[in-house]
Amino acid sequence: MENQIFELQYALDTFYFLICGALVMWMAAGFAMLEAGLVRSKNTTEILTKNISLFAIASTMYMVCGYQFMYDGGFFLSGVDTTGSLDKAAVLAASAENGFDGDSVYSGASDFFFQVVFVATAMSIVSGAVAERMKLWAFLLFAVVMTGFIYPIEGGWTWGGKDVPFLGALDYSDYAGSGIVHMAGAAAALAGVLVLGARKGKYGKDGSAQAIPGANLPLATLGTFILWMGWFGFNGGSTLKLGGIEVANEVANVFMNTNAAASGGLIAALILARLMFGKADLTMALNGALAGLVAITADPASQSALMSTIIGAIGGVLVVLSIVLLDKIKIDDPVGAISVHGTVGIWGVLAVAIFGDASFGGQIVGLLAIFVWVFVTSLIVWLAIKAIMGIRVSEQEEYDGVDLSECGMEAYPEFASSKG
Amino acid sequence: MKLITAIVKPFKLDDVRQALSDIGVQGVTVTEVKGFGRQKGHTELYRGAEYVVDFLPKVKVEAGVADDIADSAIEAIAKVANTGKIGDGKIFVTNIEQTVRIRTGETGDEAL
Repeated sequence: MENQIFELQYALDTFYFLICGALVMWMAAGFAMLEAGLVRSKNTTEILTKNISLFAIASTMYMVCGYQFMYDGGFFLSGVDTTGSLDKAAVLAASAENGFDGDSVYSGASDFFFQVVFVATAMSIVSGAVAERMKLWAFLLFAVVMTGFIYPIEGGWTWGGKDVPFLGALDYSDYAGSGIVHMAGAAAALAGVLVLGARKGKYGKDGSAQAIPGANLPLATLGTFILWMGWFGFNGGSTLKLGGIEVANEVANVFMNTNAAASGGLIAALILARLMFGKADLTMALNGALAGLVAITADPASQSALMSTIIGAIGGVLVVLSIVLLDKIKIDDPVGAISVHGTVGIWGVLAVAIFGDASFGGQIVGLLAIFVWVFVTSLIVWLAIKAIMGIRVSEQEEYDGVDLSECGMEAYPEFASSKG
Repeated sequence: MKLITAIVKPFKLDDVRQALSDIGVQGVTVTEVKGFGRQKGHTELYRGAEYVVDFLPKVKVEAGVADDIADSAIEAIAKVANTGKIGDGKIFVTNIEQTVRIRTGETGDEAL
């Protein structure tokens, strides 16, 4: 009888990982829709191709070597139990030993599944920032390196508990990855955008930003709602356990606070955009909700719902200011990814030192380690890809739309001849 | 035969269609267009950057009519499409050299 409780505990914790992993996978659909809605119609097919392909590449590269670099899971997942290799007696003993209060014991495959969707999330942050002017295959090549190597290394230093060269073990607290996932993705995106340059016509002769409106705001909004829902898995699953009263309560608080922060972020961004620009800018509101989510990601468990709303709201204010500032210094980011995930990712990590249990020193050192590693290695990879094959499409291709040059396929075809 | 081309505000399309039908015009072609006359455009905003939209959505209604009802067609359209506000549109009238009904091969006024 007692054994059955431990088996159930294992099943519950495993199930929880799987469901949360599936929710985070669904965020990939959110990113795809958000980005498709904010680019012009002539560039829509290409960004959709990037988004769904990077998910597949992340899943594959993390299996090949990423999981090994980050968690010693074995190249090609040699360390993960298949259905044939499970040592049930050993697992049962571990589950019994830990009980509800100890570490969670779950299927290794579910751990990989939960981790791999985070890799894809970090990578997808890059695709929005470099939209409308990057060569598709240059991006996919970068994705191979980012998901197989760059992200896993810094993930290993933080969640993997490995020592950083010259720094030793980090004293860094980041529940679900404001820094590890979001700021890291933004750092890679920033490196890419600096090498790539702005879209043609984005900045006028006097340096002012020209509007390049997105083609489909319903898709952008749908994408944001999907991301909001998927984030419950992103933050919720990072509790890593469900069995037991304390842990279940923690999970419930995480869901509640995640929702609260998104709400605070949206309201703050909406109001600030209204004050600054005179109108309610939907795209700023959408970015604000995401900013709120990124802000709370570093510590969604220990705050109250009110505090989470405020932390999210500060993220919403920061994201609007950051978007405007980046345009002023001519860093062209069509969807605001660097602001949402980078600027606010940093805020989320520091907020844990202000409102939670982390130390400023630990958070800052961790942020620097992640940023410097990801930014510098990404810069090297982008420059290498540029030297090998070029990363930017030609001016004519940019004018005609990357859907034609990279995919040979329009997203909204009007004149396809039908023979029937 | 005359080709009546009327550029009107989009929400007036149904009224114009009905008015033409009432005087016996049986076929129209409708296109969604953008344009401006003396009505200026407006300013829009996207993530802090302002831009001017000069072109306003309109609807173009084209109908081929016999010479003897051209004047009443023009009058009918002008009456229902009028709101008194700027941007009501224009009607152009041009001569049609030939008309053919594709299904039967009829030509001239019979084809209208």
